[in-house]
Amino acid sequence: MSSAPTLWISGHLAEKVRAHGKETYPHECCGALLGRDADAAARTDSEKDAIAPEREILSLFPLVNRRDDSPRNRFSVTSEDVLAAERAAREQGLEVVGWYHSHPDHPARPSQYDRDHAWPWYSYIIVSVQSGAPQEMTSWRLNDDRQEFFPEGIEIRQRAAV
Amino acid sequence: MPVKVMIPTPLRPYAGKRDSAEFNAHTVGEALGHLTTQFADLRRHLFTEDGKLRSFVNVYVNDEDIRYLAKENTPTKDGDTISIIPSIAGGCR
Repeated sequence: MSSAPTLWISGHLAEKVRAHGKETYPHECCGALLGRDADAAARTDSEKDAIAPEREILSLFPLVNRRDDSPRNRFSVTSEDVLAAERAAREQGLEVVGWYHSHPDHPARPSQYDRDHAWPWYSYIIVSVQSGAPQEMTSWRLNDDRQEFFPEGIEIRQRAAV
Repeated sequence: MPVKVMIPTPLRPYAGKRDSAEFNAHTVGEALGHLTTQFADLRRHLFTEDGKLRSFVNVYVNDEDIRYLAKENTPTKDGDTISIIPSIAGGCR
């Protein structure tokens, strides 16, 4: 987990994340990233041998931001929503590999608050939405000692994994 | 039969890639104590530095959230399943 990882996502899904951020502006949007991870136990031996991305997003599970009190600068996904996202992933033969949210009128950089509330392993996609227009999109992972997020490359692919 | 602790995906790398572990325990706190003794790297992701469960870590005994029971003192009996369910939060400032 220490080497710089890369997250694969189709252009279509990347556009859906941006569109969600635009739709909920000036509030933060949020949702689950469903896909496959090379380390996941669900992979068969033959899949492990194939050339495959380390982690690929194959579907999205958009969620409602539960932070009614402060939706412009906070988002919250309840444990019930997490379980719903995991169920949706299982039904598609996938797993929840991360989460996305928007930063309205703020850069696509994780805040201290983001870090304090992050889980390891998950990919955290952030899309900056400036004056209602989606801009930069970045992805981050928490390091093992919780002290910092490290950036994860985003590789836009035009087709899904085999 | 002991209690079973279900480990969520993001914490499995710190638990030998296991999705569950079984312990003899009489309370939730005791089971989580055994879990973080066996897998010490899990501790910082579940507990704050002063030993409290992190706010975004939700723990259920079977289908009951321990916040509505006796929290970490919630008793467990043989065959119970303890689930650690993430909640997710963040924000730009």
